Amino acid sequence: MKISREDVVRVAELAYLDLSESELEMYRAQIDEILEYIGKLNELDTTKVEPMAQVLSDDQTADATLREDLIVPCAVAEDVLKHAPDPEPPYFRVPKVIER
Amino acid sequence: MTTTWTIDAVKEALAAKKISARELTSDFYKRIEARNPELNAFLALSPERARRQTDRIDALVAEGKALPPLAGVPVAIKDVISTRGTKTTCGSKILENYIPPFDATAVERLEAAGAVILGKTNCDEFAMGSSNENSAYGPVKNPAAMDRVPGGSSGGSAAAVAAGLAVAALGTDTGGSIRQPGSFCGIPAMMGSYGRVSRYGLIAFASSLDRIGPFATNIKDVAAILQVIAGRDPHDSTSTTAPVPKYSAELGKPVKGLRLGIPKEYFAEGMDAGVRQKIEAGIEIFKKLGCELMEIRMPHTDYAIATYYIIATAEASSNLARYDGVRYGLRVADDSLLAMYRKTRGAGFGPEVKRRIVLGTYVLSAGYYDAYYLKGQKVRALIAQDFHDAFSKVDAILTPTSPVPPFKLGERTDDPLQMYLADIYTVTGSLAGVPGISVPCGRVKGNLPVGMQIFGPAFGEARVLQLAHAFEQAGGANL
Repeated sequence: MKISREDVVRVAELAYLDLSESELEMYRAQIDEILEYIGKLNELDTTKVEPMAQVLSDDQTADATLREDLIVPCAVAEDVLKHAPDPEPPYFRVPKVIER
Repeated sequence: MTTTWTIDAVKEALAAKKISARELTSDFYKRIEARNPELNAFLALSPERARRQTDRIDALVAEGKALPPLAGVPVAIKDVISTRGTKTTCGSKILENYIPPFDATAVERLEAAGAVILGKTNCDEFAMGSSNENSAYGPVKNPAAMDRVPGGSSGGSAAAVAAGLAVAALGTDTGGSIRQPGSFCGIPAMMGSYGRVSRYGLIAFASSLDRIGPFATNIKDVAAILQVIAGRDPHDSTSTTAPVPKYSAELGKPVKGLRLGIPKEYFAEGMDAGVRQKIEAGIEIFKKLGCELMEIRMPHTDYAIATYYIIATAEASSNLARYDGVRYGLRVADDSLLAMYRKTRGAGFGPEVKRRIVLGTYVLSAGYYDAYYLKGQKVRALIAQDFHDAFSKVDAILTPTSPVPPFKLGERTDDPLQMYLADIYTVTGSLAGVPGISVPCGRVKGNLPVGMQIFGPAFGEARVLQLAHAFEQAGGANL
């Protein structure tokens, strides 16, 4: 077994994801099977391989040189707040975080 | 039978005043009204926005002014791509009421080129899936076979174009999500090189893999759409400064003498016999056109699915952290902030998204990062090297798009790993960043479409389109 129930509980906690008892067991079993499959990567010796985080080389993106730091207006605040779950313009309201 | 409109046909009809842009768009809305209840390809329509655009185009026609390249062309946009003022749900309950305050660059460019945005198309939740069955708003049906899936994740865009409900559509491809539904619905569908099209306004799934690209009914139209959306965008630092050639100039050029690689690894076990027969017949077409066919080896192909499901889920777990019930979308209230996060995410995400968040968080977590994520990144480099080596010998690579024709609705939903393996021929090119297209390559078992995939080297879109066009003109779709 590659992944235990405790692993799934821990990961769900890290991801702030509520999972029911039945979801926990279902994902554990399915992810176990997927990790088993992923294990085939160990057939490859990659000790001398550089990891690839993204495919573009530096000369292919304009950001090899940094752009000028210009202020560009972006007047969407009102729109953004209008569609927020609990807006209190100009703020987003959230449950109390700090105990007094 | 409804008329199949192409971009050229729209242009001619408008210029000759045979139809107005408003009439044409209203005709498309009538088609949608008639067919969408059974197909479920569209999730939202934007008739007011469309009306503003058709008025603009009709005014240009009336004034006798030059028309932009996509003037009056009705298009559909996958629901993971932001459209200002029109609901953009990503096929998820967590964004059920989300209305973006801005347009994706690709949408903005389409509209600036005269296209009419009809509405938003259904897709797998956050583009995670290969059958469109992971949408929170119900599956899309395949217009070629109504008991079958349209492919995924851009199933709505593919079905809309295949059913004649839009002239063209935008989809997104992370591991095959444009090419595979294009193949399943029997239409051309293209993913440009990573960096070719701006991702600004594309709601992120896996940022190092996500790409926007077109669906259309013919290669000329695919090229025309790509032409408009391609190119550097200051809003996306990964959009490249590489020049955008004039793609239409390449169409019709002879393909004689081009070297095409057939990678042995893509023709191993697991491919449907009917699909194999069609792809082999498709390869014969290229032979007749004078191309030089060569067997090549891409030895890391078999590791691509494993690599992809590490990298894509890791990036997804990070990207989807933003859905916390604070700034947009669903909130499930609780007195505690952390409980509010957990409940919101638990209630808002569907099963496949949760599965991928759990897997992606796991492969990034302390103690497993090196064994999985870092290992995945290293094998990604080997897969990219396979492509690099291949393109030192050949101009393009031919493969099937999918190992199987469209499968039945519900047939694979219980087994996620089986579903992942549907992407076996497409994820390789996603990991390597190269462009790929799926072109119709006949039908099997009555009416089930088969697609041939053509890969080109990075920023070799013109060559890919040239070959796809030659194949189309030689009757590839009717094999």
